[in-house]
Amino acid sequence: MKHLLSIADLSRADIERVMTVAESFAEVVERDIKKVPTLRGRTVVNLFYEASTRTSSSFELAAKRLSADVVAVRSTGSSVDKGESLRDTIATLSAYDPAAIVIRAPWAGAADLVARQTSASVVNAGDGKHEHPSQALLDVYTLRRRLGSLDGASIWIVGDVLHSRVARSNIHAFTRMGAKVTVCGPPTLIPRGIESLGCEVRYDLDDVSAADVVYALRMQNERMGESNSFVPSLREYISCYQIDSRRLNPRQFLMHPGPVNRGVELSAEVIESPQALIVEQVAAGLVVRMAILYELLTSSGRDGGPVGVPTPTVEQPA
Amino acid sequence: MSAQRFPRLRLCARSGEPATLLVRGARLLDPRSGMDGANDLLIRDGVIAAIGPPGSLDTPEGAEVVEGEGQVVLPGFVDPHVHLRTPGREDEEDLESGSRAAAAGGFCRILAMPNTDPVVDAASVLRSLQERASSEAVIPVGFLAGITKGLRGKELTEMVELAREGAAGFSDDGYPVVDAQRMRQALQYQRLAGGVLALHEEDPALSGNGAMHEGAISMVLGLDGIPSISETTMIERDAEIARYEDGAIHVLHVSAAESVPAIERARAAGVRITAEVTPHHLVLTDEAVTSLDSRFKMNPPLRSQADREALIEGLRSGAIDCVATDHAPHSREEKEAPFEEAPMGVTGLETAFAVLYSDLVLPGVVALDLLVERMTAGGGPYGLRPPTLEKGAPADLCLVDLDARWTVGEAGYESRSDNSCFAGRELQGRVLMTLAAGSVAYRERGFAIRLADDPGVHARGSA
Repeated sequence: MKHLLSIADLSRADIERVMTVAESFAEVVERDIKKVPTLRGRTVVNLFYEASTRTSSSFELAAKRLSADVVAVRSTGSSVDKGESLRDTIATLSAYDPAAIVIRAPWAGAADLVARQTSASVVNAGDGKHEHPSQALLDVYTLRRRLGSLDGASIWIVGDVLHSRVARSNIHAFTRMGAKVTVCGPPTLIPRGIESLGCEVRYDLDDVSAADVVYALRMQNERMGESNSFVPSLREYISCYQIDSRRLNPRQFLMHPGPVNRGVELSAEVIESPQALIVEQVAAGLVVRMAILYELLTSSGRDGGPVGVPTPTVEQPA
Repeated sequence: MSAQRFPRLRLCARSGEPATLLVRGARLLDPRSGMDGANDLLIRDGVIAAIGPPGSLDTPEGAEVVEGEGQVVLPGFVDPHVHLRTPGREDEEDLESGSRAAAAGGFCRILAMPNTDPVVDAASVLRSLQERASSEAVIPVGFLAGITKGLRGKELTEMVELAREGAAGFSDDGYPVVDAQRMRQALQYQRLAGGVLALHEEDPALSGNGAMHEGAISMVLGLDGIPSISETTMIERDAEIARYEDGAIHVLHVSAAESVPAIERARAAGVRITAEVTPHHLVLTDEAVTSLDSRFKMNPPLRSQADREALIEGLRSGAIDCVATDHAPHSREEKEAPFEEAPMGVTGLETAFAVLYSDLVLPGVVALDLLVERMTAGGGPYGLRPPTLEKGAPADLCLVDLDARWTVGEAGYESRSDNSCFAGRELQGRVLMTLAAGSVAYRERGFAIRLADDPGVHARGSA
């Protein structure tokens, strides 16, 4: 792989290769010295045009654990504030000859545009409502650790699917890995024709007890524009769609990409329950993003690499 | 009474030298007269002077001779929908470059939309444009004026005064007339002013922030969609208002399958309604947007394969009257943005015929004579007679090499902008020469050089 722009581009084998590499990195991060020299002397640029805690910190740490030099650029306080176009920003940052550019932007297609304009590998860290592929990969990783395999698992994605890039990437990733995906939310927040991705659509939570995994989404108010009238009231939304201890049964796992709006899509008690994998997802984010950078930036990764061989562990800790 | 009451539709171009030209042995194709065969064609002082069997016509003194064997002469195309960005954005297009791009595509007249800066919503702006066209445009250009001031949809423009000054018609193109009462008043006022109302049919509430066609692909890409009903519901509304007020309307750039029967139903109910379709909607679909390349972003958006097929069928049946390019130049810095951010619009004048010839005529979907008929019919909704190859008619025609293959953009563009959605595509069918209003408006570069080099041909003037 040269770039990671969308899950739609990946096969099951591609996803499994990233999983295998990530598992080997999980061993690395448990050591006292958590660094490997894989990307020593190479530069990773993190270019974030949108607010981010998890994704930006996790990509930064992942690159540092691989001994890369990391440059973080945020839209606020940078030349982007002064009206520089994305194209010119990329040209400027490309002068540092980065091995990878990790980009998050509020516009679908931003990562594709960057990939056309730089020789660096490009990682899409979220582009508008399009895709968030590293999130989907870390979610698959988290579930594989808990379930062993996603084959046949029933996963319900609940909430504001319309505005969610996480939902789009995860539907691709989960179905590719053999899971049965159901999306559930108010009809105004379910994109028309989403069944064509191979998922089922429900407008109520009546059958959610059949799910092995409940994946809750946040209401993306920042993407709803001025006429934020997708649901008549938050109160009604909560009564219909909030995952609480009444709706979640003890054998189900609960996931959420964060940040959580506590008391809206999730009740406080389920967030803190042992079924919630939300913190595990964050931890998985680190090793999966290390694996992504490894896949894109090392020759064994780019050539496809021998699946099942934990290549990074052959490197000596720095 | 007729909607074409305004007698002064003014087309303006700089005065060219009237051509005297003999085309020997080319295939002359004029779908309206049924002419189709190898002939000699003599143009004297800008007028078609004689047509005769190959070898039958003598070369008048001082005439340029073109060996037309293997080539076809067509009536010049008419594009009723271009954006020349003048005044205001001359960096993207000006009257000279835009009209040259048109001539390079075989067009002999074009009508420009009023969404400029300032908007063509007052006689003074219209007059100044006509003046500039009279010194800059290489083919005759007509100008539409706004239906409402500033295209804001609130107050009607001074339609009578604009019509008197030769406005080709009225349009708020780029924007719909959202207020149904305002649409009704414009149609009422049309009884006085004349001039067809050319309508950009879109319900902005349904389109929202849409960046592409709403369908399976917009869903996967996470882009807000522009649903087909955004167009169709407005066509039905306006057709109904036009029926009630006995007005005449022209539907710009039809894109949705359901719009075609909506237009047919209105026509059957007696509404004076015409419609156009663009080359890109006839040959591309929203599949192209999966590349997230902003060159495939325009409004109305590329729709589904079913929509595309319905548009082709509508063009064939006559439900859609004509082809229009909606040539919309944009600067590179504007277009080089993430798909969601980039402005809508693609250029189209230089590629229209070759695209439709390559993708519709060569595969046998549309006959060549039908395509030529639809590409020359664009002035019809505005009361312009189509160009013909009849003796005595002014030379409004183009010479085309139907076998020539070329790659879009490889030699640059005549337009000042390069946002073609066909860039890099190999096409078949190349316009070699265009005559508009009796003068040579364009010669393809290689063709001009061949003419100059051929000792058997005494070319008069140069490219």
